[in-house]
Amino acid sequence: MPVSADAPRPIVDARGLWKRYGALTVLHGVDLSVAERELVFIIGPSGSGKSTLLRCLNRLEEPDDGSIHVDGIELLSPKTDINAARRRIGMVFQSFNLYPHMTARQNVMLALRKVLGKSRDEADSIAAAALHRVGLGERMDHHPAQLSGGQQQRVAIARAIALEPRVMLFDEPTSALDPELVGGVLNVMRELRESGMTMVVVSHEMAFARAAADRVVFMADGQKLEEGPPAQIFGDPQHERTRAFIRQIDRH
Amino acid sequence: MDDFLTAFLNVEIVREAWPILWQGFLYTLALSAITVPLGMVGGVILALLSTAGPRGIRWAAAAWTDLFRAIPPLVLLVFLYAGLPFAGLDVGAWGAVAIGFFLNTGAYYGEVLRAGIGSVPRGQVEAARSTGLSQAQALAHVVLPQAVRNVLPDLVSNTLEVVKLTSIASVVALPELLFQARQAQNATYNATPIVAAAIAYFLLLWPLVRLISRLENKAMAGR
Repeated sequence: MPVSADAPRPIVDARGLWKRYGALTVLHGVDLSVAERELVFIIGPSGSGKSTLLRCLNRLEEPDDGSIHVDGIELLSPKTDINAARRRIGMVFQSFNLYPHMTARQNVMLALRKVLGKSRDEADSIAAAALHRVGLGERMDHHPAQLSGGQQQRVAIARAIALEPRVMLFDEPTSALDPELVGGVLNVMRELRESGMTMVVVSHEMAFARAAADRVVFMADGQKLEEGPPAQIFGDPQHERTRAFIRQIDRH
Repeated sequence: MDDFLTAFLNVEIVREAWPILWQGFLYTLALSAITVPLGMVGGVILALLSTAGPRGIRWAAAAWTDLFRAIPPLVLLVFLYAGLPFAGLDVGAWGAVAIGFFLNTGAYYGEVLRAGIGSVPRGQVEAARSTGLSQAQALAHVVLPQAVRNVLPDLVSNTLEVVKLTSIASVVALPELLFQARQAQNATYNATPIVAAAIAYFLLLWPLVRLISRLENKAMAGR
């Protein structure tokens, strides 16, 4: 398909994604396109398919149909080396998923060593820089069990950004955190966004979405019902389901 | 009382039988040094096949494990040693022990490790794969170290059983501790060598028993 010269090629371009679990259809032909340096927020009630959509974007979930291009690579093609492609796609999980038998530094170093083939010294200095960047320069040799939830999530972000991904996927990154620890993680995400990282975020942090997102996507029942700038989605939602969802969120 | 000491704890008899008992003890150590690693290798292979293999392979690994847990190791050993030669296959005493323990203890280690792998949350693999690690790398660096740690008391416990089980090598005439004790008993008409063998097993394995208790207590405290 020819790409027009003035439209920048999107970093993420997913089209017509279908995902079924037996009789249950979780994604009904969803499209999602994310431009370079864009921060896209995906919101919607639980069970709307937003996490599944996100997990399709690095093929942790295998879509039943559709196409996904990330940085020009067709993820679903059998010819694609998925491990090589995933280096370009960072992911942060709700439950952090740090390796408990390794220190923070070792958590960040593992993929640098085994996937990028960096030397120990090189991996070590990249890991140190990434951990400093998320404000954990003093905690590099702590194990996950010795860190707070917020600190663990920041290590998880460092683990992902150390590989210099083209896009970062956040799957409810603050949902498992005590309220007082949310701010530290959001600050790191804000800093990432200011540095020009392309980000797709599934989250219920509406204040953060209002302040930082370029675009908000509202999903329900496995479909993208509405999308637009945060001012429009939060201030003047067009779809009845979006209005109901925003009202409910605002009540909290 | 004197009769008891003369029959079971006869110092004179121990002195006389010492060389062959010592030799038996060394054989038991050597057998353990061969059978434990063999069983562990078998166990790792089975655990990986039964958790990460394709569906058919997983099924086959489970069936294999069931089979060799159900066959008594003594029967298996006798079959390998005395049965296979009828098919023209003479693997010898050491060969029979190596194969038998690989099959039997491999199945047990495999079950323990499979439980260990099952105890590692799915998110661990997802995190590893999301950074570009292959399935094999995720298993080697992320899943297996945690799996082993989670079932360490059971692994050590199984190892204890394997060392004790090496005494069945006496039926294929390998001169390990029990075999030598029986020889000495027959030569001296006295039960003291058997008691000496039991004491030797105890001294060898008691530290392992203590270690298991400590690991179990630690695991409880960690919960």
